[in-house]
Amino acid sequence: MFVVLRDLLRYNGEFLAGILMTGVVVAMALLSFVSPYPPLDQFVAPMDVPPSGAHWFGTTSRGQDLFWLLTYSIRNTLAFGLLVAILSRILSLSIGLLAGYRGGWVDRVLMSINDTFIVIPLFPILVLFYFVMRDNMSWVMLAVLTALLGWSYDARLIRSVALSLRHREFTQTAVFSGMRTHEILSREHLPFVLPIVFSTSLNNMNWSIGLEVTLAVLGFTDINRPSVGGMIYWANQHSAVVAGVWWWIAFPVGLVVMLFIGLYLLAISMNEYIDPRSRLERGGGRKE
Amino acid sequence: MRAYARYAFGRFLQFLLVVFIGINIAYIITHATPIDPVEHTVSVATAFGHTAPEAIESMRQSLRELYGLTGSPIEQYLNFWRRVLVADFGPSLSAFPSPVSTLIGRAIPWTVGLLGVATILTWIIGNLLGGLAGYYRRSRILKGFGIVAMALHPMPYYIAAILLLIVFGYLWPILPISGGSQMNVARGWSSEYILSVVRHSMLPLLSLLLVGLGGWFVGMRSLVSNVVTEDYVVYAELAGVSKRRILTAYVMRNAIAPQVTGLAISLGHVFSGALITERVFGYPGIGSLLVDGVHAGDYSLVLGVTTVSIVGVSLAVLVIDLIYPLIDPRVTVS
Repeated sequence: MFVVLRDLLRYNGEFLAGILMTGVVVAMALLSFVSPYPPLDQFVAPMDVPPSGAHWFGTTSRGQDLFWLLTYSIRNTLAFGLLVAILSRILSLSIGLLAGYRGGWVDRVLMSINDTFIVIPLFPILVLFYFVMRDNMSWVMLAVLTALLGWSYDARLIRSVALSLRHREFTQTAVFSGMRTHEILSREHLPFVLPIVFSTSLNNMNWSIGLEVTLAVLGFTDINRPSVGGMIYWANQHSAVVAGVWWWIAFPVGLVVMLFIGLYLLAISMNEYIDPRSRLERGGGRKE
Repeated sequence: MRAYARYAFGRFLQFLLVVFIGINIAYIITHATPIDPVEHTVSVATAFGHTAPEAIESMRQSLRELYGLTGSPIEQYLNFWRRVLVADFGPSLSAFPSPVSTLIGRAIPWTVGLLGVATILTWIIGNLLGGLAGYYRRSRILKGFGIVAMALHPMPYYIAAILLLIVFGYLWPILPISGGSQMNVARGWSSEYILSVVRHSMLPLLSLLLVGLGGWFVGMRSLVSNVVTEDYVVYAELAGVSKRRILTAYVMRNAIAPQVTGLAISLGHVFSGALITERVFGYPGIGSLLVDGVHAGDYSLVLGVTTVSIVGVSLAVLVIDLIYPLIDPRVTVS
């Protein structure tokens, strides 16, 4: 584990940049635990102050300190992404592994459902969901729904790996030594797909956070819980850009873009590490 | 040909399954609500104060049917499907008494036109540049473009749109920033109207291009750089086949297949509309319709747009899947 990490840090610039960018965002989220302001308090700071020594990122038109508000927002946004990633990983892992291992009609049924979820337009469904829930909409509920809708693409990837594992010798050995299906899947096959699980969960986090930001910008989430999208929503409500309070939009956007790029770089550098071909290339084993 | 027919039939069954599951999700969601949608919508409609009692009663009846609230649970469910199948979503409440289907019909050409053109353009440009970058790995310009594309790719769409709006709306106002066409130009096939439509689509199109390009670029670049190391490419190089021919006939052609599937999926999503694009640029497509419907509490409109998106997306994917084996000879449909 540590060797992998050391190698990645030493030879892969993208990984290093990704770690740094994500690290800054996570540090920012952790700062929320020592914030001097409660997240929902308004008019605790002077209004519309540009970035300065007293208020690093300036203040909003609702008298909030942008820096400290942003720490809470990015924490909530990260929590949302993590929850979606974990829940949808459970789904995509169990479905992908099962479909790949069992094959036959189990595979066919699961993959038909899977393909259905790949093409279903998520956005209108999420908007519809918000529409019927309105004030009863909590972020956990939204995360569960997003996870229920967002597992399919990765399940297909995991299935394709499981398909090849099924014909390996150790699987046969396991079957003959009397292991049950779930034992084979969790003990024998799971370790092989874990690297893919890591890189796809980073992409999944990016995807779900983007979805949440988009919904929040339109005002279609619980906008009273601070989140990056929610901050942009309120800034728009106060026409921050037109009024010249540009920092209200610029800092949340800057931070979330940093998170996006950070996670994305981590995902692609991990993918590259997993893919043996590009590993060869890095070792100089491939022509330019 | 028999094999193709069987494949097509299987795909068609899958299309039906997609629509079935998708609309059922919409049904379940609308029924899981703790709020009574009918009373909610009726109260929104009567808030304007000039609706006759009989009209309200008939509206209530029609809504109850639409949301499947009349009769036994099974009857409710069947009623819902009966109305969905004939695309009868009842009257829109925010634009009473226009039927929802009319509103959607009016909005769809805008969305499909804008997103269709944007998707295809992005795909062509992204793949072309990505393919070149994968093949000519030393080119400085292409490397630079790669970095820009990588940085733009994970950017939230909203940001690109706002940036363009600020640049072309306020700093250097040469393009219209809102609407689908100029207000005072009559609709029709006149050159003036078409020109105005094109001009109004420039900014939304540009923003979609900006954000969408990176994904195709990065994907195609890695596909090509994998193909380049294949034996047959090395052999062709040793045999002295011209670089240009290797690139077009050997490399690009074999790398493009997964990208076509990707195109299918993104073309499909044309129907779910780009909500933010349409919102930011005030474009009169179904995305705007959906957002307006939500804000106006227009239940039938929201349900209608969702259903149409589900059917549209799956139909587009079906069509592309049916054409796909005809394009790529390596896909065998046995």
